[in-house]
Amino acid sequence: MTDNRRLWSGPYIIWSAGFILLPLLMVIYYGMTNGDGSFTWDNLAAFADPIHYRAFINSVVIAFGSTLFCLLLAYPLALILGRRKGKNTDILIMIFIIPMWINFLLRILALQMILSNTGILNALLEFLGLAPVHLMYSRTAIMIGMVYDYLPFMILPIYNAIRKIDQDVIEAAGDLGADGLTILTRIILPLSVPGVISGIIMVFIPSISEFVVADILGGSKILLYGNVIDQEFNLSSNWNLGSGLSIVLMLFIFASMAIMNKTGSGEEDMVSW
Amino acid sequence: MRQTSVAARQTGKVNMILPLIILAVCSGIIFLSGCHGRDGEADGRQDLIVFNYGDYIDRETIEMFEKETGIHVRYEEYLTPEDMYTKYSSGVIDYDLICSSDYMIQKMMLEGHLLPLDQSRMTSYGNIDPRYLELCRAFDPENKYAVPYLWGTLGILYNNKMVTDQVDSWEILWNPRYKNQIIMQNSMRDAFLVPLKWKGCSVNTRNKRELKEAQKLLMDQKPLVEAYLVDEIRDAMIAGDAAMAVTYSGDATEAMDANEDLSYVVPKEGSNVWFDCWAVPDCCRHKKEAEQFIDFMNRKETAEMNFDYIYYGTPNKAVYEDLDEETRSDETIFPPEEILSQCEVYEYLGTETDRYYTRLWKELKAK
Repeated sequence: MTDNRRLWSGPYIIWSAGFILLPLLMVIYYGMTNGDGSFTWDNLAAFADPIHYRAFINSVVIAFGSTLFCLLLAYPLALILGRRKGKNTDILIMIFIIPMWINFLLRILALQMILSNTGILNALLEFLGLAPVHLMYSRTAIMIGMVYDYLPFMILPIYNAIRKIDQDVIEAAGDLGADGLTILTRIILPLSVPGVISGIIMVFIPSISEFVVADILGGSKILLYGNVIDQEFNLSSNWNLGSGLSIVLMLFIFASMAIMNKTGSGEEDMVSW
Repeated sequence: MRQTSVAARQTGKVNMILPLIILAVCSGIIFLSGCHGRDGEADGRQDLIVFNYGDYIDRETIEMFEKETGIHVRYEEYLTPEDMYTKYSSGVIDYDLICSSDYMIQKMMLEGHLLPLDQSRMTSYGNIDPRYLELCRAFDPENKYAVPYLWGTLGILYNNKMVTDQVDSWEILWNPRYKNQIIMQNSMRDAFLVPLKWKGCSVNTRNKRELKEAQKLLMDQKPLVEAYLVDEIRDAMIAGDAAMAVTYSGDATEAMDANEDLSYVVPKEGSNVWFDCWAVPDCCRHKKEAEQFIDFMNRKETAEMNFDYIYYGTPNKAVYEDLDEETRSDETIFPPEEILSQCEVYEYLGTETDRYYTRLWKELKAK
């Protein structure tokens, strides 16, 4: 039994050694050494450089904003779909998943065509006799791109959590005299918290390290933390500094996940994601 | 019961960590010893691995080369010279032949990463106009390491319908009338070239004061800039998203073909003249075949095919002399002599200036 299990785990061990553990060790090695290979804290301390922490704040603000917007958009939708009876619900959920089948870069490039000065949106506004908007290459455009990209990651876990709530519980609440609003705030909302937390983690973490969207939709005018790391690797060829800054980001993500998990630990099990 | 199973699982975990670490270390050693340790032709690999910019060759010429020589070519592409350098230094693939821009060629040459070429083996080397070889000496003093492939300039691509002023100086990029209609190059050297040349400095200056001043001008300009782009410039200008853009002559030609309102000019203060060259990196395993490939691309027929396909300036005399008058007088790809003489080739500035540059660039972007 045990031997059999170990045999099965072989591919996963190779996978996690080669693609998770090794890269992580390399990042830590590069991050804690300088060009000559001797130990240093400088690459981590470089976070205190105003350029770096300001870019970090930019990233946090944008990631926070897009997570919030995703949540505001996703929750009512997940609620409607999750409480909906009838067989078309699967098709409706499918509609929100289909964009995920398309490569996210292509979706961002498509957004670029919609938002640009002479793009589809402005053509539409012009057709309706309205003034054109200048959206492209701005913070707003970056946020739109991220919300568009990550929305399905927020919808699905919340939908699953709401779906799992026992119908009997809700009916019992109704029988005991709770009105619709009370059921929503005191039954559904608390019971869907694990889904909300999964959704937040799945949107916030990729958003905070995002740099491609900022390059394409932000016109490289707004420097995000991901851009700084990208620049250190690809432009300055300073892998040590790039790795050092990555470690700081990883620590931040670990810390925020720990906080999120603690918030959610009062609930039953987390919805798997 | 429950506790024993937890304990069993935990010892299982410990047992798994050790092989995990061993595996990681082993693959790390394999990974790190990739390119630079071994010396050539030890393995049986027959492919010639060529590393070039994206969409930068007429693929048919590669097929012709394979057919004629029987050498199989593995053709790989990259986006920017920095990407190329990162991939090269990771050592994962032993490239036999690279094509890259002048300053990157020089950087690799100075770091000792290039092998000298044997021109005596190249029968069509004589097709290269000595005039361009002379210009190439700015980065390759003895023409020993690099063979020019294509060349061009950096200039301003503008939309005649949106720009009313005459465009002949870099100064126009600071004109507040074109706020949010200016696209700058999202590459460090090209962006700094604009204020440097405008103020009469050399593009190869190492003077920190001059560079700092250039950065200040770029900072002043930033509120007017619509975006910093590289490859998207062409499409944005074709679509009419911006009034003007700092861009390469090759992209400009393509954009002008697609939108007749566009014009390209190399400003009177001068600019950069760039060369993309073939060079053989030190991880090469098939040097002879690589030189054969370079030579094949210098032949009149193949050079002509690539010129027609890419439409950048060709250093190939045989091709140039065969062009019709109209193409030869196309100032976008062959700028007039008096402007070309104001243009400089990028030189690698050394680690210290390089660092200072990236620092200034980061500050500009963070503003």
